[in-house]
Amino acid sequence: MPMSNHTPLEDMSAGRGQGGGGPPQNCLKVYIQRDYSEGTMVKFQTRFPSELGDRLDRQSFEYTINQLNNYFAEAERASCSTYCEGCLACLTGYLIYICTETHYEKCLRKIAKFVSEQNDRVYRPRGLLLTDPTTRGLRLIEISVLDRPAS
Amino acid sequence: MPRITRKWELFPGRNRFCCDGRVMMAPETGVFYVTVCLIAGTSGLFFAFDCPFLAENITPAIPVIGGLLFIFVMSALFRTSFSDPGVIPRATPEEAAYIEKQIEVPNNGNSPTYRPPPRTKEVLVRGQPVKLKYCFTCKIFRPPRASHCSLCDNCVERFDHHCPWVGNCVGRRNYRYFYAFIVSLAFLCVFIFACAVTHLIMLTRDNKPFLEAVRLSPGSVVVGVVCFFSVWSILGLAGFHTYLATSNQTTNEDIKGSFTSKRGQESFNPYSQRNICGNCFYVLCGPAPPSLIDRRGVVTPEYRAEQERVSEDCIVTDKTYGTVKIVQPQSNGVAVPISGSDDTGSTNNLVSNHQRQQQQPHSSPHVEPMNGNVVNNSSQIVSNEVPLASLNLAPIDIDEIEPLPAPGIRQTGCTVLSTAGLESPGLPPVATVMTPLSASRLRLLQDTTMIESALDLDSLEEASIGRGSQAGLIKLGAI
Ligand SMILES: [Zn+2]
Ligand SMILES: [Zn+2]
Repeated sequence: MPMSNHTPLEDMSAGRGQGGGGPPQNCLKVYIQRDYSEGTMVKFQTRFPSELGDRLDRQSFEYTINQLNNYFAEAERASCSTYCEGCLACLTGYLIYICTETHYEKCLRKIAKFVSEQNDRVYRPRGLLLTDPTTRGLRLIEISVLDRPAS
Repeated sequence: MPRITRKWELFPGRNRFCCDGRVMMAPETGVFYVTVCLIAGTSGLFFAFDCPFLAENITPAIPVIGGLLFIFVMSALFRTSFSDPGVIPRATPEEAAYIEKQIEVPNNGNSPTYRPPPRTKEVLVRGQPVKLKYCFTCKIFRPPRASHCSLCDNCVERFDHHCPWVGNCVGRRNYRYFYAFIVSLAFLCVFIFACAVTHLIMLTRDNKPFLEAVRLSPGSVVVGVVCFFSVWSILGLAGFHTYLATSNQTTNEDIKGSFTSKRGQESFNPYSQRNICGNCFYVLCGPAPPSLIDRRGVVTPEYRAEQERVSEDCIVTDKTYGTVKIVQPQSNGVAVPISGSDDTGSTNNLVSNHQRQQQQPHSSPHVEPMNGNVVNNSSQIVSNEVPLASLNLAPIDIDEIEPLPAPGIRQTGCTVLSTAGLESPGLPPVATVMTPLSASRLRLLQDTTMIESALDLDSLEEASIGRGSQAGLIKLGAI
């Protein structure tokens, strides 16, 4: 029942991968949009935004996005184990979801961890902040330029 | 200790929440309780009247099977009703401003009229062009397959339909539960019906009159009648959703005919896994997407401030959109019968057909000349779908009527609304045709037909605005 649905997000919103308070407002934000060319699975565009040209090199940006894309692909991959999980849940009348976490939710945890690690290692030292796409409805990746005001 | 505020309390949609945000339902839940009572009541009668006799005379497996089926049905129903159907969170103020800036097109001086910015953008999904519509409420470009449910006031991912019977939207996250519910309910219904009939037949075995059997087991008769009348629609629905699952379509897409080839344009379902089993497995047992709205999350001061800014922005921008709409329904200058105007040909066709079904006895003479006035080829599409229209009005998808100029579309909306809203047969149809679009009437239509997938308020408005600026349509291939 929905009782289990909230857990990973709840945990994430507590940590948010940013350590305190979420991304600041009133600063320049760069958005990386979704790439729908292969269907509705979560995938982000890897085109390098020119606004970040003086802060970030293309390789580390592409590494982050590709890595995120890989994590989401792993979460949404229609593998044998996900099918087994789905069938098992169905056989128990979906009551199993009360006590277990889905594969997708486990992957979201990994993603939150990855985002916070990237923030600490790459983005924050350069005055940038990556926001976990889960908190933006998986619509986009938000990169805040902390010391530049919104135009 | 101060009370914790959770995010569901500030949720911008119209949903109802119970159990501190664990349960999420549509704002109207009356019909849901009817469903629960009907299923529980019928099953209760079955367990009380039929089960003891059948367990004794046939096999004790019957109550066990019935019980298991009943538990499964209720569990699937509650999951469908109480879980998040896949609501897409609304844009943050910054994101909304960013999108607003992106779609702003500089007005070139030589165009005499102001063109509102385009509200659709096109992406390629597996080589198939898909139009993403801007949602005025959520301030986002809806992802492919998403649609805005006007009853719950949310954009829902892979929106199927809003089902009042389960008291929730059916979308990406709860479609599998919904399907399990429908199919298991069909089994339960057939099972109970068969058992009740068997019970009655066995009671009349020893040349006893049928009335004697009814007197002995009145519950079986009630159960049998209820099951007999409901089993047909349930079986039909189960079959329909099985077809949808095998082709990986949604009810919304099926009604709109999104993937049917039209006007010589080849079209296919870009989301399909290309084989029946793959589709079924993917839809019903595939990876379970997470809820994105974090309803149980704790509200931080920053979050609250952001939500307040969103609602402020809403008021301001609504005003600007209001002025953008320069499409005036009355501008044609056509007097009362609009039979002369070409651009309403499709509308008339559809409306008159629809009215003929509604008011068979007094089919008004006004209707005939309108019907003859089929001009542009978009009317072809609409009239092809008229048989469906008699069912639920749904195929009147304004998006599909492409060649029409904006005023025509505006009127399409109006006409459809007025005819469906006012069902009084005494009124001459022409008088109702010119009724201007009103949100309350649209709501009325949706409440009466309970189908809002194709006719939601947003898409209607977008159609009229978006079409006005078709020239400026952004062509954005993904990447
Ligand atoms: Zn919306
Ligand atoms: Zn709804």
